[in-house]
Amino acid sequence: MEDRKSNSPLGAGGYNHTKATLALAKASFRSITRSPSAVIFTLAFPLIFIVVFGFIGGGGMKLDVAIAPGSDLQNPVIAALEKTGILRLTKNDTQENIEKSLEKGAYDAVINIEKNPNGLPAYFTNVKYTSASLTNGNVLKSVLNDLAHQLNTVNQKPTVTEIRATTITGRLHRTIDFILPGQLGFSLLSTGVFGTAFIFFALRQNLVIKRFFATPVRRSSIVLGEAIARIGFALLGALFIIIIGHFAFNFTLINGFVTVLNMIVLATLGIIVFMGFGFVVSGLAKSESTIPPISNIITLPQFLLSGTFFSINAFPAWLQPISRALPLTYLNDAMRKVAFEGANLWDVKQQILIMVVWGIGIYAVAVKTFKWE
Amino acid sequence: MTDRKAIISVNNLVKHYGEFKAVQGLSFEVYENEIFGLLGPNGAGKTTTLEIIETLRDKTSGEVLVDGLNVDSDANAIKQIIGVQLQAAGYYPNLNLVELLELFAGLYGVNVTPMEMLAKVNLQDKAKAKYKELSGGQKQRFSIATTLINSPKIVFLDEPTTGLDPQARRNLWDLISEIRNNGTTVVITTHYMDEAEQLCDRVAFVEAGKIIALDTPDQLIDNLIASGFERNKEVKAANLEDVFINLTGKEWRE
Repeated sequence: MEDRKSNSPLGAGGYNHTKATLALAKASFRSITRSPSAVIFTLAFPLIFIVVFGFIGGGGMKLDVAIAPGSDLQNPVIAALEKTGILRLTKNDTQENIEKSLEKGAYDAVINIEKNPNGLPAYFTNVKYTSASLTNGNVLKSVLNDLAHQLNTVNQKPTVTEIRATTITGRLHRTIDFILPGQLGFSLLSTGVFGTAFIFFALRQNLVIKRFFATPVRRSSIVLGEAIARIGFALLGALFIIIIGHFAFNFTLINGFVTVLNMIVLATLGIIVFMGFGFVVSGLAKSESTIPPISNIITLPQFLLSGTFFSINAFPAWLQPISRALPLTYLNDAMRKVAFEGANLWDVKQQILIMVVWGIGIYAVAVKTFKWE
Repeated sequence: MTDRKAIISVNNLVKHYGEFKAVQGLSFEVYENEIFGLLGPNGAGKTTTLEIIETLRDKTSGEVLVDGLNVDSDANAIKQIIGVQLQAAGYYPNLNLVELLELFAGLYGVNVTPMEMLAKVNLQDKAKAKYKELSGGQKQRFSIATTLINSPKIVFLDEPTTGLDPQARRNLWDLISEIRNNGTTVVITTHYMDEAEQLCDRVAFVEAGKIIALDTPDQLIDNLIASGFERNKEVKAANLEDVFINLTGKEWRE
């Protein structure tokens, strides 16, 4: 600490609003890092999910695939499938049992490989997917495409563009690439909504804000200071999650540092929008105990429907429009595109635009509902 | 006591909350460098009056000047020269006392050494404690420390001794007298008449939004006696609180 003795107030013109804002930001940041719920929601929960999904199958998911009875077993297709390490092949199940398991989704697909009696191609690979396991079916589809491509291009010079396309599709099957952006979105959502709602409610309820009003600080400084701290904390959390994901679980960052930078920009936009919800909740809540239910009404549907754990394509058709109305859907979508498709921010302008529209809408509501006292 | 300079002048102050008339034409002056007590039952309008002077609440009508500054036009300038302790106010969560004082220094735009501020209220050994971990008396002393950060000309204390034990109360009286002796004007509200009698240079009695008496405690008592008032019970040279203090000691308990 600096050793300064003078503590006489400055004149009216000398009062420094930036200094007041930064003092609030510093206080708020300290407070957040010591708040168990902030640390749990922003870091612990997302990391637990990432670790769990990261370790399942060593960074990849397992697909259960039955080999149809009577299928040719001694062929390069089966050998290649076994080598992928993603498929659990079951070779000796009965036809009847396979059908039943497919219906329940216990098998993701059944494969039947026939030798082509007419020469080329040497084999036909017949795949039957199940609607009970659409997501895994889609993954298998891309695995098979990938595989077919590799097998078919043996000894041939492929064109550069085709290989690239295959490579990118092939990346889809690493679970962490799907899970991490979703968890990042969840982390930002909970920090934004719960954190903001609780702190402003508490500050209002305990007359902390009233005491602030007895100082020359501006209202905008209070909101801004709080926002700086929360955004800073959320972004550090995001960075931490990305780094752990990348180094411990091979999370794909196609363009390295630039990708991280783009993700941070998206995260900033996300947290600002979600804080808007928090301001609304803090204004609506009549008591501290009503904050969690109101916040959950906002966060839970997004948590479940915005493609945090599953692709929204896996949802029934009637549910998808709801998914496509939620801001987290677009944050998740943009994050994934940036992280493993190497998209830049301009490529995800549609997602950004929808989040901005959400932001304008929610802050319009927040201005109406927010209470200082 | 005559010809003293007024640092606060309240003129015909009125505050209505809808139909309810909380303050109905209050007028009084607080002199520089005195301890001024606002006394009265709950709901009499003490806190409302205080908050209007502190620029925390709008008035319905009337004029309030604080060190020559008008609450209507110079609210921010007033905030810089006053220190405010609110009844039952909390502090920013999860911060220790030093950090809270740093925050307030930033809010007031002044540079202070937190430990020096804590030393003023004898809380140096609680520097790393959280506000909610403090005892009642410590909480009030810390609140007073936050009011002194900007070296104010006036501090406002709203029921600072409510709920404290006799030792903590006396300890706070000493602190408040010391603040006055250092040149700061103190405006205080209280329900305890013994406290007002010992501590305040002048007191105003507020009842139903009006001032019904204003003078030095001595003069008010003399006036009452002069009117022929007699206590039912013979007054002894000591009271039960003196017994309590005598038995349990004057030392400050935490």
